[in-house]
Amino acid sequence: MKIFLIFVSAILVHNFVLQRFLGICPFLGVSKKIDTAIGMSFAVLFVMVLASSITWFLEGILRALGIGFLRTIVFILVIASLVQFVELFMKKFSPALYEALGIYLPLITTNCAILGLAILNVQLEYGFLEMLFHSIGTGVGFGLALILFASIREKLDLQEVPKSFQGTASALITAGLLSMAFMGFQGLVKL
Amino acid sequence: MGYLREFTKGIIKENPTYVQVLGMCPTLAVTTSAMNGLGMGLATLSVLTMSNVVVSLVRKFIPQKIRIPAYIVVIASFVTMVDLLMHGFTYELWKTLGLFIPLIVVNCIILGRAEAFASKNNILASFLDGLGMGVGFTLSLLLLGSVRELLGNGTIFGYRIWAKDYSIFIMILPPGAFIVLGLLAGFFNSISLKFKGSKKG
Repeated sequence: MKIFLIFVSAILVHNFVLQRFLGICPFLGVSKKIDTAIGMSFAVLFVMVLASSITWFLEGILRALGIGFLRTIVFILVIASLVQFVELFMKKFSPALYEALGIYLPLITTNCAILGLAILNVQLEYGFLEMLFHSIGTGVGFGLALILFASIREKLDLQEVPKSFQGTASALITAGLLSMAFMGFQGLVKL
Repeated sequence: MGYLREFTKGIIKENPTYVQVLGMCPTLAVTTSAMNGLGMGLATLSVLTMSNVVVSLVRKFIPQKIRIPAYIVVIASFVTMVDLLMHGFTYELWKTLGLFIPLIVVNCIILGRAEAFASKNNILASFLDGLGMGVGFTLSLLLLGSVRELLGNGTIFGYRIWAKDYSIFIMILPPGAFIVLGLLAGFFNSISLKFKGSKKG
């Protein structure tokens, strides 16, 4: 039951983009078209689950050795090399998937949502199963916010916006309204 | 003159937040008050300056192919240092900023400056570039933090400007961050549009 609550709260209540402010760069950057938003969402979901599983095991090793303060350096290096590795692997074994996700993968290295999730899993002291569902939920939540936002922005492009508010400014205000809508989920799950 | 320009360009002309739209996550997340914005800005400023200097120092020894991982290691080391120092000396601030201190590593401004500027220029220029970008970032965060604290709580740096009854609480909550930043970005856009218009006419 607790695992299910973690899963739902990661998607709706503690949505990474709209409530925790992680992964804003791709959220604003690749949300101009729905197609690219969908591609990015799946790439992020995939890397998120993989990266947080690996860093979860690494945290155990770091703790056992008593060098927890090296966490930031180790995690970011692991994530960066993991992304490269996934890219090579995909290119070789699944060209179709690589075609679909390939261009988004390098962007993911500097996506703070991945490192943020890895560190958050450590801070919340989740067990393996909880960590897994938290990561999947976070990935799904990221995708949900990104795709919703991209759909709104496609419509927004057709509207007349004052010249000084075109582009980022109106996108940010739209994101604010979306975030306000997600605040409605606040009381849904109590952890 | 040339060096002075490296310093000042980051503050207005190439302001990381409002012009380049980089490093949005910490900008939005920690600016619930002027103090938090200032703290985050200064932490980023110090990491940015030091990493720029070191990257510029070693730019001739690092092979082209592995430069990005090498820069990331340099940046991550400085972030760890800042993290530990803040834990030791400014514990309250460290606790409020929380997750976002280790996340300075993935702040696009820092890697962006290392790649675009420090890896091609000498140490003094890189130092000034890092300092200027850092000051620009700090000022943006300070402005956003002050506006949000004023609107949401009626105070700036804890000093009461107007009574709490007149404040709009949502400005301190997540949606307020997006909305205030959007309005500020629009405001700066309209100023620069006017400025350009008057220059042409």
